[in-house]
Parts: sequence; C-alpha cells; structure tokens
Amino acid sequence: MGKSLFQKVWDSHRVGTLGDGRTQLFIGTHLIHEVTSPQAFGMLRDLGLKVKFPQRTFATIDHIVPTINQDQPADPLAAEMIDAIRKNCDDFGVTYFDLKSGKQGIVHVVGPEQGITQPGTTIACGDSHTATHGAFGAIAFGIGTSQVRDVLATQTIALEEMKVRRIEVTGDLRPGVYAKDVILHIIRLLGANGGIGYAYEYAGDVFDRMSMEERMTVCNMSIEGGARCGYVNPDAKTIAYLQGRPYVDNTNFDETAARWLSFASDADAHYDDIVRINAADIEPTVTWGISPDAGISITESIPDPLKAKTPEEKASIEEALAYMKLPAGAPIAGTKIDVAFIGSCTNGRISDFREVAKYIQGHKVAAGVQAIAVPGSQIVAIQCEQEGIPEIFRAAGFEWRAAGCSMCLAMNPDKLVGDQLCASSSNRNFKGRQGSPTGRTVLMSPVMVAAAAIKGHITDARDLFDLETPAAVA
Amino acid sequence: MALEPVKEVTGTGVFIPGADIDTDRIIPARFMKCVTFDGLGEFAFYDVRFDSETGEKTNHPLNDERFKDASILIAGVNFGCGSSREHAPQSLRKYGFNAVIAESFAEIFYGNSTTLAMPCVKASAADIAALRTAVEAKPDTQITIDLEKMTVRTCCDLEFPVNMPESAREALVSGRWDPIQELLDNDAAINDRAKALHYV
Repeated sequence: MGKSLFQKVWDSHRVGTLGDGRTQLFIGTHLIHEVTSPQAFGMLRDLGLKVKFPQRTFATIDHIVPTINQDQPADPLAAEMIDAIRKNCDDFGVTYFDLKSGKQGIVHVVGPEQGITQPGTTIACGDSHTATHGAFGAIAFGIGTSQVRDVLATQTIALEEMKVRRIEVTGDLRPGVYAKDVILHIIRLLGANGGIGYAYEYAGDVFDRMSMEERMTVCNMSIEGGARCGYVNPDAKTIAYLQGRPYVDNTNFDETAARWLSFASDADAHYDDIVRINAADIEPTVTWGISPDAGISITESIPDPLKAKTPEEKASIEEALAYMKLPAGAPIAGTKIDVAFIGSCTNGRISDFREVAKYIQGHKVAAGVQAIAVPGSQIVAIQCEQEGIPEIFRAAGFEWRAAGCSMCLAMNPDKLVGDQLCASSSNRNFKGRQGSPTGRTVLMSPVMVAAAAIKGHITDARDLFDLETPAAVA
Repeated sequence: MALEPVKEVTGTGVFIPGADIDTDRIIPARFMKCVTFDGLGEFAFYDVRFDSETGEKTNHPLNDERFKDASILIAGVNFGCGSSREHAPQSLRKYGFNAVIAESFAEIFYGNSTTLAMPCVKASAADIAALRTAVEAKPDTQITIDLEKMTVRTCCDLEFPVNMPESAREALVSGRWDPIQELLDNDAAINDRAKALHYV
C-alpha cells in the first residue's frame, strides 16, 4: 500500500511521540502576522526563550492595515500592533515584509508569491486560512497563539495525526462555474463540521486543470468545511509557478523540483475516506445563511424551515433567516445588496481581478451600491496597475484600494454599517463577520460579486456576462 | 515546569443554544486589537449579549442572572468553528469558564482550549438536552466533569458518558496540557529532524 502526500509529509517531519501520545511535528515554515503573534512573543520573553530557527519564520501585516493610506492607521491600537510586530521581528531576527518592502500583503498571498510556500513542507500560521498553501502540496494549517509560541521556540508543535479524505471532482465544470463555486459546493455537501479530524486531498481532473491560484481558492476554504488542512498534489503547474521565485533554490532547481514531485500521493495510497463529485453538478453557488455550508445554487430558492427534516435543522434555518432578513422559499436571485467586496486570501489574487476585468467593461455599479476591490498584496496591486486593471474597475464604479484583509474580517476601517448586505468574495458569512454586529454576508465568486454590484442585487452572472470556463482552459 | 493536573471540573452550567457557534461570535474581531490577552473576558459573546443599536443587554443566557456564576459552558455541534484565534478560548477562560461540554468541537478551538487547561468534552445530543433541562430547571445544579472516568454527573442523579481525544485527556490529567517544556526537552531530536529536511 502506498502513501498519500499527507502521510509522506507527516512522516518526514515527525520528531517523536510526546507523553500524551501526540506527535511532535517539525514545522518547516512559519508565517506570522500582527494579530496572533504579539502575545506569543510576549510568552517567549516571559520564559526567556529565543526563536530557534529565525530564518524559518516570515512576517507581514494584513488584518489591521487600512486599505486607504496604508501607512496611516487612524486607530492607535492598530498602530500599536504594527509597532509590536516590527519590534518583535527586529528583536528576534525574523524576516518582515513591511509596508515599504513592496512585498506586504495578506500572509496567504505573500507566501506563494515569494516562493516561501513549497511542496512537501509543513507550514503553520496563526490563521485558520493557512490551508491555502496546501495548493502547492504542503501540509499547511492554522494554529493558536500558544502554538505560535511553540513554533517560535522549538520549530515544532504537538499535534494529533489527521485522517485523510480524498475529494475527487471529475468531469467538466460548466461555463461560469469557478473554483470558489467548487469549494462552496463541497462544503455544502459535507457540512461545516464534515472535515473535523481530516486533511482534505482535492483530486481529480477538475483540480488538475485548475491554475495554482484556483487551487489556492479551493484549499483556502478547507477550514470552512471543518478540515484543518487541505491540499492538491504537486504537478508541472506547481513547479512552473515556483520556478524563479525569490525563496526557491533556483540554482539546483531540477533536483528541487524532482524532490517536490516525489511527495505526490502514490497511486495506491491509503485514504480513510473517498468522496466523488461530478463537476457537472456544480452551479454558481451563493450562501443564504450564517455558516459557509449554507450554500445554494444561484437558481435555487432560500430554504423553508417548514420543510426541515429535524427540529434542529428547522431552528437553525429560522435563526439564519431571522439574522439574514431573507424570506423563506423565495429565490435568492433578486436579493438587494448594499456593498460588493472583491478581495481576501480566498479571491484577492491577480487572476481574480483579471477575470472580473474581462467582463465589467461597459458596465456600471448600480446606484446605492458601494463596490470595493482590494488586491491581496502589494505585488498583486502592481501587477494590476501594469495591466490597467484599476482603471477598468474605477470606470465601472468600483473603489480600488491598497493591499490588506479589508472587509473580510473588519479589523481595519473597511466595515459594513448596520444591517447592510454584502456580496462578498471572502470566506465567512458568520454573524457580524464583516464588522457590523447586524451586517449580512453572502459568499460567492468574484465574477458573481461583480454581477451583483452591477445589477444591485444577487444575480446569475451567466445572464449578464458571456462567461467562459476558466478551469477547463487554464 | 510541573503543571496542575486537571482531573475533574466542577461548577454550575449555562446552555448557549445554536449549532456552529464560531469564534467570531465568541470574540468579535474588533476586540482582538490588542497585544496581550488581558481584558478579553468582558468581551466574550459581546455582540450577542448587547444590542448593537441600543447597547442594552439582550436575552442571551449569559445575561441571565440565574447563570451569572456558571463556569461550565454547554453547547451544540461544531462549537468554536472558524478562525484559529486563541483569543476565543482566552476570552471564555477569562470570563470564568473552566470547561465546555458540547456535541462536537472545531479542531483548532479544542486544541487551543486544551493548552489553556480548559477541557472540551463531547456528549450525545440527548445527554446535552437532558443537562440543559436540568440546569435551566435548577441553575445551581452542580456539574462534575470527571476526566478519569470520562463521565459528567450532576448533584441530582444525572450521569452520562463523555469523550475527548485520548491525547487531550492524558495531557490534562497528567498535567501536560501546555506542551512547551516537553517540546523544548527534545531539542536534539529537533536538530536531527531539521538536518534531514532539505529546505530548512
């Protein structure tokens, strides 16, 4: 019996077994940001410890950075956090991509961009969307702040081994169905808690055809399905993406690439579970509730609690509809929006902006809708500028901002107000997620967000734009 | 660094209804603008405890005087899902909770909680419902989570099995819930592993 990529990476990074039975796992690459690291450095100082491998931790700032006048946070608490990470990186010798570096951005955009994210490695970050890096065939997952301390001090953490579920999506995606729709569909099928205890291996010809950035969108939302990590096996696209990037060993590249590819799951690998999904069953998907598994096709209607199968499901639908102020049984298309947001670690990469730019020319954002576009990193912003993308967005009525997490989690000035409803390319539709305790989020692909912005309501982008099939042509 | 073993937790409970209670709900992101975990307790469940427009207290169970001394949180499925923020269990701990009993937990939350010596034990939906009924009928019901027998019992005749990953149980009862010292002790093995990895 062969091994899955998960097993190969786990075995090659296992330091030993701890007294409680957990594995002491070596974390090859550690990413940090300003929100979940200051307390960890505080703990190190309290314990009198150093950073064991300072060259294996990389820092940037993203959550609290304003997207207008990036370097001038009006909030003194935000300024204090930025000062803290700068000082911590200086004191402990950690590489820090600050605002002046030209490389700052959302940590999950920066890692791949710099070639820090590599196949066959373990990657941890105090952020649950760390699974994004799994797109490269890394075992990447979010950790708490005490574990950030553990990685800083020892380059290891205590972790229970995960089971592996292979999710195969095969066949052709229909036009207008994006990577975002694929992952929203998977989460809808398996539930927000379906992946607890599992690493997800995304396999099948749909993922084979996806670009690296599309794979990142899929892996990014693994945690919304309960899976702490998710990955795609490395292939020629992975190698091509990484070649020439700053942190890649480009002098011995062929040898490095061969080693990377050797981590791919064996054909006879053992899986604890296998789920098979037909690509043709996936529609442009949007959420209607307050959990990312509350997804429906754009052509479907909002669930009716009266049709729920159990009292728990009924209560859950009622709670979600009361919060979302949506009518049971009505089509989701036509729901009025107030804000449209394109960005985040899920969908804030160059391909996302290129794709939207292809379709919004000649259109205008509807009156009364605030539409904002936020590149995921300074490098994405520069690429966009070189291609004239900001002008296209601005001409269509979007505000074009500077790099950061922005309205995905509202730790910066970008927030919903009152019960505004936001069509969002981000990853979470939790109550209050976008900064207002009564704000409402509907998750969807960037192109669907653009269509909603133009119409002023949630709409089927296929009716508005002449859409191609991105995954099939990549 | 000897840690206090956590073999049982006793206290009164409060039931917080709803599935998939996420860590944004437990501690809204705006309260994470801080460089220490001090003071997070007062912000636990803030946006569901206070009306965002009037600032008035809502009818959330944590605002119910009958449950003001509760130290055991009782919840439904997938408690603590979403963000990896340790601020969530930190805020519950500082609010005064010493343990959580739920139908299931999100993995990162449960791991973070174990490291803070706050056991998260799973129970069946029926047992959670019975416990809820008991605490709502009699809020001063004493609840004991016994991590050696893996049971929950109340002063008043209710007793049911609970479970948690064996490694977490072992870490708690043997006083190893914060693994930092053991990780540090294996320094030689860490160096060997680092040498074997091409990219480190």
